[in-house]
Amino acid sequence: MRKNLKYNLSWLLLAVAVYLGIFVLKSVGLLSGIVEDTLSLIGINVILAVGLNLIIGFSGQFSLGHAGFMAIGAYATAIFTQIQSTYTGFLLSILIGVGITIVVALVVGIPTLRLKGDYLAIATLGIAEIIRILIVNGKDDLSQGIFATGGAAGVFGIVDYANWEVIYIFMVLTTIIIANFIHSSTGRTVLSIREDEIAAEAMGVNSTKVKVLAFVLGAATASIAGSLHASYIQTIVPGDFGFMKSVDILIIVVFGGIGSLTGSFVAAILLGILNHVLRNVQAISDYRMIVYALALIIIMIFKPGGLLGKKELSMKKLFQRIGKGGKENASVDR
Amino acid sequence: MPLLTVDRLTKNFGGLAAVSNVSIQLEENELVGLIGPNGAGKTTLFNLLTGVYEPSEGSVTFNENGKETLLNKMKPYAIADLGISRTFQNIRLFKDLTVLDNVLIGFNSKNKQGIFSSVLRLPSFYRQEAELKERSIELLKIFDMENELETLARNLPYGQQRRLEIIRALATQPKLLFLDEPAAGMNPQETAELTELIRKIHQEFGITIVLIEHDMSLVMDVCERLYVLEYGQLIAQGTPAEIKENKRVIQAYLGGEI
Ligand SMILES: Nc1ncnc2c1ncn2[C@@H]1O[C@H](COP(=O)(O)OP(=O)(O)OP(=O)(O)O)[C@@H](O)[C@H]1O
Ligand SMILES: [Mg+2]
Repeated sequence: MRKNLKYNLSWLLLAVAVYLGIFVLKSVGLLSGIVEDTLSLIGINVILAVGLNLIIGFSGQFSLGHAGFMAIGAYATAIFTQIQSTYTGFLLSILIGVGITIVVALVVGIPTLRLKGDYLAIATLGIAEIIRILIVNGKDDLSQGIFATGGAAGVFGIVDYANWEVIYIFMVLTTIIIANFIHSSTGRTVLSIREDEIAAEAMGVNSTKVKVLAFVLGAATASIAGSLHASYIQTIVPGDFGFMKSVDILIIVVFGGIGSLTGSFVAAILLGILNHVLRNVQAISDYRMIVYALALIIIMIFKPGGLLGKKELSMKKLFQRIGKGGKENASVDR
Repeated sequence: MPLLTVDRLTKNFGGLAAVSNVSIQLEENELVGLIGPNGAGKTTLFNLLTGVYEPSEGSVTFNENGKETLLNKMKPYAIADLGISRTFQNIRLFKDLTVLDNVLIGFNSKNKQGIFSSVLRLPSFYRQEAELKERSIELLKIFDMENELETLARNLPYGQQRRLEIIRALATQPKLLFLDEPAAGMNPQETAELTELIRKIHQEFGITIVLIEHDMSLVMDVCERLYVLEYGQLIAQGTPAEIKENKRVIQAYLGGEI
């Protein structure tokens, strides 16, 4: 019990330290607006990647429609904050997005996850496209009805409740929820399905239920990321949430390590920095997908499991190593 | 009332009757052997009894303290929850997880934690987690595997992988345990250890064990009663001594005329 408190406190300390670090850099004027944008983008991408990693890396199911759930959150916030332009309204809009996402994820997940095989990939691909088309065909503004998605032109002037601090807090919260979920008894059953579904069922694991649970949780966090994205960028169009966006998130997960939350953090940060550095190189932004694809191929050749494989940063192992006087890296096989 | 009653069970794969009209009964705390030539339908019978396949005909009834449950259409996890566990002919461990996690997952069946207490890390979560860990380690200790807690299952030597699969099955706290060729691929030394292990489980856990095995000396040594399958059909049953003398069985194994 004591020990657990120690590990939890050190995680909290780490989260607060990073926050203070950014805060101080910003106060003394060392962080330009563009850097702040990059940081916020990284935060949102971490939420997306951690959620997708839960589905792909931990439960072993393949989802290709993560951006669809992100769209639900984004439009929930874009529309609802027009009706209720308060901070509470913003938080409520996140809840509304999550609520709708859970319903959609259940509708997609329950029939497809009963089956063995990659039916989820096809179904999520389809549902993301359906969501996008629905949004394109939405009403122009609220005077015409509640489903005011602005059509292909999108919504602009969304109130900016989400600054980098809000994004940071949500990033920490969603990561804690997902990490705690994985490191629980139910989380272990999620892993057991990835390892061997037949054996898991023989050990009393209701595999459909557990797979649906992981899928819904991952989708819900994507919706939160969408809400934050809408409120931070303030302008959204349906094209932001197309298939390529799902691939973007997938790349972060694969790059960092399928089955490593730490890896998703590292990859989101590295790719965020890369994007930042290369933002003015026209050739690269034109051929971004090609550059990404090449990076992915190189990773697949030299490090097929991603940068970190299945390794995680663990406070427990870190303390054990320090205790032994070692100064090695703390990433250890989970 | 027997613990498990299998009545005229049949499984057809297309034109092939892999299990055909098989009736068996298992009493409490019995150690029963299931033998037969390759392809006789032994594994298929296990798969029918644990819900991996649905029977084409016949019924399987589990009886626990007078409460009867028809297993025919139940899912494997629900059958496991009733107290029926198994191992697999081709070892099916959670290879990339540790020995401890493999056993903890077995325990999950009878000790489900609430999602909210896990995610919010309430004190009850830590208490339950510590208790499950302790019980897992105790179980591993009985089988001399407590020094491998953090070893990945895939890195265990073959004999220990088989052993871990049995421990994981025991962690679900079964009343009935099916072992599918636990001695396959073992050397004589490992087989001898396994024989002891099976005896120990039978005595200390007081459960019913059904053992599929090609190693006749092992089967004759530990089993109280045997069933013999050939081409999906039950051709004999009885004590090891009776089976040894059974002409029909000798013929099935030697393939000759009587
Ligand atoms: N899923 C399946 N589909 C079609 N045929 C099957 C299937 N499973 C088993 N069979 C067939 O059923 C018969 C019985 O197979 P089973 O695996 O039960 O035999 P076994 O007694 O366990 O043999 P062994 O001693 O070799 O393990 C075999 O002819 C096998 O090919
Ligand atoms: Mg077999």
